[in-house]
Amino acid sequence: MQRTRKELFPGVFLTCLRTDKFRTGLLSLHLVTQLTAGTASQNALIPSVLRRGTVSAPDMAALAARLDGLYGARIEPSVRKLGELQCVGFTADFVEVLGQDQLGAVASLLGEMLLAPNTRGGLLLPGYVEGEKQKLIEDIRARMNDRAEYAQLRLVELMCPGEDYAVDALGTEEEARSVGYVALTRHYRALLASAPIEIFYCGAADPAAVASAMTDALAALPRGELDGDIGTDIRMNTVEEAPRVFTEELDVGQGKLAVGYRLGEAMEEPDMAALRVMDALFGGVWPSKLTANVRERLSLCYYVYSELDLMKGIMTVSSGIDPADYEKALAEIGRQLQAVKDGDITEGEMNVARAAVSTRMLALTDDAAALEKFWLGQDLLGLDYGPEELAALAEDVTAADVAKAAAGVACDAVYFLHGGEEEDAED
Amino acid sequence: MQRIDYPGLGMAVCTAALPNGLAVYVAPRPGWRKCRAAFVTNYGGADRRFSLDGEAHDTPAGVAHYLEHKMFDMPYGSADDQFSARGASANAYTSEAVTSYHFTCTGRFEENLRTLLQFVSTPYFTPETVAKERGIIGQEIAEDEDDPSWACYLRCLRLLYGDGVLGSSVLGTAASIADITDKTLCACHKAFYAPANMVLCVAGDVDPEAVERIALEVLPGAKAPLPERDWGQDPGLEPAETREERTMDVAAPLFCAGIKLGSAGTGPDGLTARLTAELALRCLWGRSAPAYLDLYEKGLLNDSFRFEAAYAAGVGHITLEGESADPEAALAALLAAAERDMDPAFFQRQKKALYGGFVRMLDDFFELTETLAEGHFAGFDPLDVPAALDKIAPADVTAWVREHIVPARAALAVVRPKEDK
Repeated sequence: MQRTRKELFPGVFLTCLRTDKFRTGLLSLHLVTQLTAGTASQNALIPSVLRRGTVSAPDMAALAARLDGLYGARIEPSVRKLGELQCVGFTADFVEVLGQDQLGAVASLLGEMLLAPNTRGGLLLPGYVEGEKQKLIEDIRARMNDRAEYAQLRLVELMCPGEDYAVDALGTEEEARSVGYVALTRHYRALLASAPIEIFYCGAADPAAVASAMTDALAALPRGELDGDIGTDIRMNTVEEAPRVFTEELDVGQGKLAVGYRLGEAMEEPDMAALRVMDALFGGVWPSKLTANVRERLSLCYYVYSELDLMKGIMTVSSGIDPADYEKALAEIGRQLQAVKDGDITEGEMNVARAAVSTRMLALTDDAAALEKFWLGQDLLGLDYGPEELAALAEDVTAADVAKAAAGVACDAVYFLHGGEEEDAED
Repeated sequence: MQRIDYPGLGMAVCTAALPNGLAVYVAPRPGWRKCRAAFVTNYGGADRRFSLDGEAHDTPAGVAHYLEHKMFDMPYGSADDQFSARGASANAYTSEAVTSYHFTCTGRFEENLRTLLQFVSTPYFTPETVAKERGIIGQEIAEDEDDPSWACYLRCLRLLYGDGVLGSSVLGTAASIADITDKTLCACHKAFYAPANMVLCVAGDVDPEAVERIALEVLPGAKAPLPERDWGQDPGLEPAETREERTMDVAAPLFCAGIKLGSAGTGPDGLTARLTAELALRCLWGRSAPAYLDLYEKGLLNDSFRFEAAYAAGVGHITLEGESADPEAALAALLAAAERDMDPAFFQRQKKALYGGFVRMLDDFFELTETLAEGHFAGFDPLDVPAALDKIAPADVTAWVREHIVPARAALAVVRPKEDK
C-alpha cells in the first residue's frame, strides 16, 4: 500500500493510499476548523444542508438517482470531533471492480455538493436549512437514547469546563435553534475560504488520477486567508485536586459509569505506542485488567472498557453496572489503574496488550474506512508513520514503558447516570 | 475441496463436506492481512423445544445465549486467553436462528482455528461457573431493557409473535435464565453442536486445504443424529396484537413496525425470494424511494430510519425502525407506498445499487463469512446474487409487494417521551 500526500491548492491536502485489495474506493473531504461553542452546530449543519441538492441535482431525489446509477455509490455528510478540532465534510464510497470511471463521477459530484449547492439569490435554500436544522436538533436530543454514549458525553462536558473539548461535535440544541439561512450561508462561504481541507482517497486509482479528478472538482474553490490558529490544548493536570463527582438521573435500571482521566506528563513527548499498549493493558481490549477484574472476577458488569484520546491527552473508562455496585466498581477501577502505575503487570498481560495493539493496527490496513480515520488523525497531528510502523513499535513496548506512560494519569472526574431512588412503579 | 470461481466478482470459494457432516467454506483473499473464521451452529434463541434420541426437551428462553457465554470456559481456563495471547480477538453472538463463534487475527491463523474448533466442541460447565455467569448476563439484559430502540424492537416482536418462540428476547429474562443449570446447557450442546448441524466459514489469505485438514483433526469423526425441532404452531400471517405504546426517557418518539412475511423457502428459490424482498423494500422505502423522501421532507422521518427482512424458525418478518413525531402517520404512508406503480428506470437503478451493495459486502469479512453461513443453512449459494438478481423483473417485485405489504400483517410498537403522556 503506497501512501502519497500532495497539496492541491493552498491548504488543501490530498492523501492517497493506492491498493488493489479492495472492491470499493473510498474518498473523503473534510474542512478542518476549531471546535468551539457558538460555531459547532453551524459547522455540523453545513454538510447536511449541502447534501440536500446541488445545481445539477437540485433535490434529494435527483441526487439519489445519480448515486443509484453509479452502482449505489454513497456520499454521506461527515461531522467529527478530533481533539478540539471539528472536521465537517463528506465521505464517499463506490464500487471500483466494474472497470468504469466511478472515481471521476463521484469526485465531480462531491465537488459540486461542496461548492455548488442549490441556492436562491446566492443563499442556501431556507427550506433545506430549516429541515436539516430540525434534524440536527433531533440528533442532539437523541444523544440520550444511547445511554452509555450519553454518559461519556456528559462526563466530557462536565469534566472540561472552559475547554473546547467540552463541546460536542453537533453543538447544542440552543445553538442549532438559532441558526438562520442567511447567517449559515455567510458562515459556509467564510469556512470554504479559510478552513484547511483534508482529502483522503483509498483504492485502486493512480494518485495522479485522483489529484487530477479532485483538482478539477475543486477548481471553483475560493481560497482566502487560511485559519492557521487551530489546534488542541492539552491540559496536563486535573481541574481540582480530588476527582469531581457528578451524578444525574434518567429512567434507567442499569447505572452507567464514566470516569475521566488526564494523561498528564506522558503527553509532554507522547510515546504513542506505549500509551496505546498501556490503554490496552488497562481496559482497551479484551481481556484487560478491567475485564478480568471488574467483569470476570467480581461479576459487576457486562461491559467495561477504557478509551484514549491521544490528541487531547484524555482517557475514559465506561461501564454498565447495578447502581448498588457503584462504590465497588469505582474502587476496583481505581485499584487496577494503580496496579498499572505500580508496574504490577505480568508477562502474560504484557503479551496480550502488545499483541492486541499490533493486531489492531495490522487489521486496520484491510479496512479503508478505518485507514481513513487513522490517517486523518495522523495528518492533523503531523505524524507520518503508518499502522505497520505502530504495530512494530507496540511489539517493543515493555512493562516499564507502560508504567511510565501511566505514571501521570490522574482521575479528573467521575460521572454516574442512574435511575434514582426506588422508582414509583406506575407505568 | 471443491473450488467455485466467481469471475465477475474476482474471487473464489473452496468448499467441502466432511464425513462428520460439517460443511466448510473458505474464501481465499490473497494480500489481506486479516483472517476471519466463523464456526456457526444452526441453533438460536428460537430453538427452545426439541427432541433427541426420543427424549423431549423444553428449555427456557435465553438458553442458546447463555450457552454461548459459557462455551468459552475450558478446563485450562478461558479460550479467550489463548486467542488474546496470540493477538487474536474472539467473540460470539446469538440470534434467533444461529449462534456464531468467530475470531479475527493477523497471524498464527492455524493455531487460532484449532482453538476455535476445540472450545466450541468441548462442553465444560460446572454448577459454580454457570451460576456465576448469571450476574453478567443479568447486566446484559438490564442494559438491553434500558436501550429504547432495542426495547421498542423487542416489543414489536412480541406484537408479531405473542408467546411464540420469536416473541421474546434471545437473551431471555432475569426470570427465565434463573433456572438454567449445567445440565440444561449440556443437553443443548449435545443436540445442536454436532458438526452436522454446523458450518465453518473462513475468509483471508489462508490455505483452504489446511482449514479442511484441521477441522478433520480436531472435530469428532462420527456423524451424530440431529435433533427434531419444534417451533410450536405456525404463527400465521397476522400479528398476535397490532399496537403497543410505552414511555421511556427518550427525546422523541421511537417506533418499530413489523410486517409478517411467512417462509422465504430454501434452495435457489430461497435466494430469489430473499433478493426479491430486499429489492422490493429498497424500491418502497430506500433512501431514493419517493415515500421515504416525502416523509423526510415533511419531517416525519429522519436518517435514523432503517428496515430489514429477517428469517428464523421457518418464517420471516420485516422490521422498520426510526424516530418520528407521528409514528402512525409515518407507518400509514410507508404502507401506502405499496400501492404506487413502479417506474421502470427507477427499478433498474435500484437493482444496480443493490448489486453495488453486494459487491461492497465482499470486502467485509464479518458480513462475508456470516452470509456464507446463512446461505449454507438455507441451502443456496449466497454469492450467486448477480445471476439471481438479473432474473428478477419489475413484475416480480410488484407482485411480491402486493402480496406481502398489507396493513393486516403489520404491527406497531412505539416508545414515547415521558412528558407526552
